[in-house]
Amino acid sequence: MRHALVLGLAAAVSWLRASAQAPDPTAAEFDKFREVLEQDNPAELFEVKGAELWRARRGPKNASLEQCDLGLGPGVLKGAYAQLPRYFADVDLVMDAEARIVHCIMTLQGFTYAELAKQPFSSLVRTPEPVSLVTYVAAQSRGMKFASPQNHPKERATYETGKAIFHYRAGAFDFSCASCHGADDKRIRTQPLPNFTKPEQAIRAVQGWPGYRMTGGVMHSLQWRMNDCYRQQRFPEPGYTSETLSALLAYLTVNANGHVYRGPGIKR
Amino acid sequence: MRLESIGALALAALLLASCATPQRDYGPDALAMMKRDFHARGIAGMDRLNEDSVQATCNKYQDNPPEEVAAKLEKEEFTAIKWPADGKLLGDWKAGERIAQNGQGMAWSDKGGVGGSCYNCHQVGPRESSFGTLGPSLYQFAKKRGYGADIQRYAYGKIYNAKAYSLCSQMPRFGHVRALTEQQMKDLTALLMDPASPVNQ
Amino acid sequence: MADPMKIRATLQGDVADVRVLIAHPMETGQRKDAAGKLVPMHFIQNITAQLNGKTVFDADVSQAVSRNPVFAFKVKGAKAGDKIVITWTDNKGEKRTDETTVRAGS
Repeated sequence: MRHALVLGLAAAVSWLRASAQAPDPTAAEFDKFREVLEQDNPAELFEVKGAELWRARRGPKNASLEQCDLGLGPGVLKGAYAQLPRYFADVDLVMDAEARIVHCIMTLQGFTYAELAKQPFSSLVRTPEPVSLVTYVAAQSRGMKFASPQNHPKERATYETGKAIFHYRAGAFDFSCASCHGADDKRIRTQPLPNFTKPEQAIRAVQGWPGYRMTGGVMHSLQWRMNDCYRQQRFPEPGYTSETLSALLAYLTVNANGHVYRGPGIKR
Repeated sequence: MRLESIGALALAALLLASCATPQRDYGPDALAMMKRDFHARGIAGMDRLNEDSVQATCNKYQDNPPEEVAAKLEKEEFTAIKWPADGKLLGDWKAGERIAQNGQGMAWSDKGGVGGSCYNCHQVGPRESSFGTLGPSLYQFAKKRGYGADIQRYAYGKIYNAKAYSLCSQMPRFGHVRALTEQQMKDLTALLMDPASPVNQ
Repeated sequence: MADPMKIRATLQGDVADVRVLIAHPMETGQRKDAAGKLVPMHFIQNITAQLNGKTVFDADVSQAVSRNPVFAFKVKGAKAGDKIVITWTDNKGEKRTDETTVRAGS
């Protein structure tokens, strides 16, 4: 499984190299650095941290997260991430991994949404607990196929709502997600833009997340990625772990269903 | 066949047809959800979630509106273009290159408008290899089309409001939303149109 | 309490290939924060490795090393089941020790 991860990432590196412009010495050094990191992804540090946090008694209720139900039963972690987003009867909502983890942190440990949403994304000096936790949870689905369910009517409705959100043009620049991710073989500057409306490319929306971003050395999850997309789309800000983002993640993951998830990854 | 049988058959056919056709429009649900979940930040207010007539039309027709509808709105957008009062459309192409390179502006992390982010989507000058392919190459823009006043006007107008020329274009309406100032747009027009600009070498 | 390391030690013949992932900000003292203030130096100064209690690696490290660094080295004369202990110390006097067992290579 590890070899597949190394091969997959090595293939991604050589593909990226091929599609990059004329190589310069800086880029070559960066590539060497990336290769070293691919064999030992710093994301694993956050997996370990997340494992600690999962078991630690924390918050006003002094409880661990070991009873958290991620869809396969309380405390069942193996395969859970690959089967999210999914419908949860206790909240009558479809939730993605981070939304569900935040829900567990609130209900089992007694933290408030306000505390968790205040500064939810990693910086150079701090990695929020949910980011390490989602990295740990995601690692437990390494090597498994994405299988975000579409059995419950709300799961199907959420997929369709996510699709509509994906195509909604608005904001100061009239952008939708599809403006960048709705056609084949496009790139922004030199960054390739997969077409997320197509299953064989949608996998690139969810592969490698949560991901360790080499520039800056920070760990980011899909909640960060969606937030930063909307910033660049010149929209107002989407709520952290809001339904809108779960719906978008449902659309993307269901489109990617059947592809193997290779675990937390490395990003530029 | 008796009338009731025909009616029953027709009803059955209708029911079968509605099962087979795609589901309802999720647009209104999507918009309601977004309005609940987004919040204003910095210069990005909640008004940005509201569709104007261009966005509403392009959303409704999935970027493929009927000709008459498109033509009518393109004309409205064109009429709203503010042309420079002094009649001069060419600025400084060197400044234009800097504006084309700058991708900042209009986001919640910005204080206002700054650049045109042209290289995000287009090839422009010959020396910059870090260019996007979301839009067509602008290299040799005037060399290929001519240096006349009509082409100058086309370039300036397109930068001001790309939707006046192609309603559902993915190109932002830089002048219309005040992402760029008049001087900046003149400088960009010069980048494309000035015979001395590297774009036209 | 410093964050845990991730250590992997795989045997290739009688040589253990040891790879250590360390969580550390490795601040050079040159970086400015969002407010424009210089972030003080905070970097690992020393890393040691022991194989079954015997020191096999003792490195002095500078702030040139990157954030969340990877240290990789090889140790001859190792067997499966041997204990590898890694300790780092930084310029603030913070320390962290983690250990692993050498595994047979696949």
